[in-house]
Amino acid sequence: MILELKNIQAFYGNLQVLKGVTIKINEGEIIALIGANGAGKTTTLMSVCGVVPPRFGEIYFMDKPIHNMSPDKIVALGISQVPEGRRIFPLLSVMENLDMGAFLRKDKAGIKQDLEYVFELFPVLAERRHQSGGTLSGGEQQMLAISRAIMARPKLLLLDEPSLGLAPLIVKQIFEIIRKFNTESGTTIFLVEQNANLALKTADRGYVMETGSITIQDTTKNLLKNEEVKKAYLGL
Amino acid sequence: MREIIKSFTVSIWFMFLTFPIMVIKVNTIEKTIEWRWERLIFVGIGSFFLSFLWRYLITRKESGIKKAEAGEEIKQPLSQRFFEDRRLFFPALGGVIILTVTFPLFFSSYQTNIMTNALMYVMLGLGLNIVVGLAGLLDLGYVAFYAVGAYCYALLNYHFGIGFWAVLPIAAAMGALFGILLGFPVLRLRGDYLAIVTLGFGEMIRLILENWNKFSFGPSGIANIPRPTFFGYQFSFDHSFIYIYYLMISLTILTIFVVNRLQNSRIGRAWIALREDEIACQAMGIDIRKTKLTAFALGATWAGMVGVVFAAKTTFVNPASFTFMESAIILSLIVLGGMGSIIGVILGAFIFILLPEYLRAIEEYRMLVFGAAMVVMMVFRPQGLISNIRRTYEFRSSKKQ
Ligand SMILES: Nc1ncnc2c1ncn2[C@@H]1O[C@H](COP(=O)(O)OP(=O)(O)OP(=O)(O)O)[C@@H](O)[C@H]1O
Ligand SMILES: [Mg+2]
Repeated sequence: MILELKNIQAFYGNLQVLKGVTIKINEGEIIALIGANGAGKTTTLMSVCGVVPPRFGEIYFMDKPIHNMSPDKIVALGISQVPEGRRIFPLLSVMENLDMGAFLRKDKAGIKQDLEYVFELFPVLAERRHQSGGTLSGGEQQMLAISRAIMARPKLLLLDEPSLGLAPLIVKQIFEIIRKFNTESGTTIFLVEQNANLALKTADRGYVMETGSITIQDTTKNLLKNEEVKKAYLGL
Repeated sequence: MREIIKSFTVSIWFMFLTFPIMVIKVNTIEKTIEWRWERLIFVGIGSFFLSFLWRYLITRKESGIKKAEAGEEIKQPLSQRFFEDRRLFFPALGGVIILTVTFPLFFSSYQTNIMTNALMYVMLGLGLNIVVGLAGLLDLGYVAFYAVGAYCYALLNYHFGIGFWAVLPIAAAMGALFGILLGFPVLRLRGDYLAIVTLGFGEMIRLILENWNKFSFGPSGIANIPRPTFFGYQFSFDHSFIYIYYLMISLTILTIFVVNRLQNSRIGRAWIALREDEIACQAMGIDIRKTKLTAFALGATWAGMVGVVFAAKTTFVNPASFTFMESAIILSLIVLGGMGSIIGVILGAFIFILLPEYLRAIEEYRMLVFGAAMVVMMVFRPQGLISNIRRTYEFRSSKKQ
């Protein structure tokens, strides 16, 4: 098991957002976390990466407790994230953005290799390497945000709503590349999505979150057939 | 043609608006009204030309942006080409070096003194530039660290007789310490809130110095601070100005060197990431607390050192030298020169400090002129005179390129 959330509870001030969330992720899997707006999906990811540390409960990354660590230490352990809303560095060029992704790394050769790899995954970024991040289209920005996270060569990649505000065709393309990256590199991926249909088709297993608690968990194959999920999240 | 009509309307408006103050003059003694019609013509022509120039520049700027958007290759700005062309840059650099080194030989000690002043602002600007230009933390209380340095020398010398050279590193350390002291409470603040708290911090230090009579001798300040010595040798009054000038040159070169190294280092990259997006910065594994504190500390260090030079140069310190106005000037020269660019800050400091000195005629309108210059700058060159030439990271990939 690469990541384990044990009954975590997180608060913003007095407002409890996570009411005991337990999630287990095995190495090499793609896990999808789906749920309605405000369910607490982003907060779950923020707890994992230390920005909103859980008040109760434990988080283990490769059997190491990380619930009391600061965000930079957690990134150094090998968890990198694509934050909600992409958050690329607008004034830095594509190249510099990618370089920031490798901030903690010192192996020049490895960085170069990964750079070539992300340019292979997203050839459009190679074309726009000198353009400043803020002038990229939404889809390109999302590709840059994913590439930037890959540049850290993580063991676990956290993706928060990669489909946000993008056209269906681009979303489909991005999900295909996420899948491809997972099979090629073996990197574990924790995917948070509103777009339940695509997320469940991409992932291996899924969790459904409702107002701060996990209500259903299963393989995505079963989830896609589950009546409740169908009604509430797939709009069937 | 439309432009001309628009400018014409503007000038009519201006003539109308300024009519009461420019044309009518009431002579209160003789109780007559003077009509100065000729002035109306000047206002009309003047405003017409200014308005036309303004419009012309705006359209030029906008067409430039359109070109850039259309993906056309835009010419590199002159400044950038200048720095990249070594045949131009090195002779120019040599010229500047010769000029600065021989300056006191050709000019009076009064002129040298003004130059020293400008160099001090260069150093202050470079220090504040770390905090504002690189890390993007708006600090309006920077003068506090300047005061800390100056009082550090004044007090240590008064009580313990410690000399200039011994105090210089102490003041640098004190500056850094106060930087961290300011940094801790504002770690969570951004933008406007940060600006307000730092402004308060600057005023607080000044008020403490003003009111804590036992410690700082209050508003009357501390006098008879010794000028710096040269390996124990004390220069005469006139020569010491020249000495301080050379000293400032060396300190400025040191600052430029260190700031340049910092800019291209890991911590420099962390500052830039922090400036761009705090949340993303955290996601990159950058410790934002440490990054902010080092920015405040390393920025304040230089102000501490300049403070010592200031105290030694004027031989007198009092709280009145460290008002908010100083912080505002330092910040303005950075904005004018170009935030985040070393050359820009140097240029900004020289323009900002030397121009008013040599244009005594406009002294009364100094602030007015600066205000107007700032507005014009913000419209036409929001990035400052010299835009930040960042090192672009170039990885050469073996397949493409
Ligand atoms: N910084 C914050 N301060 C206070 N409350 C917050 C904060 N961030 C989120 N919340 C609240 O926590 C709850 C869960 O938010 P969260 O962002 O985790 O939802 P989400 O599942 O990611 O939703 P979405 O799909 O819309 O992104 C919401 O009710 C939200 O209002
Ligand atoms: Mg969310």
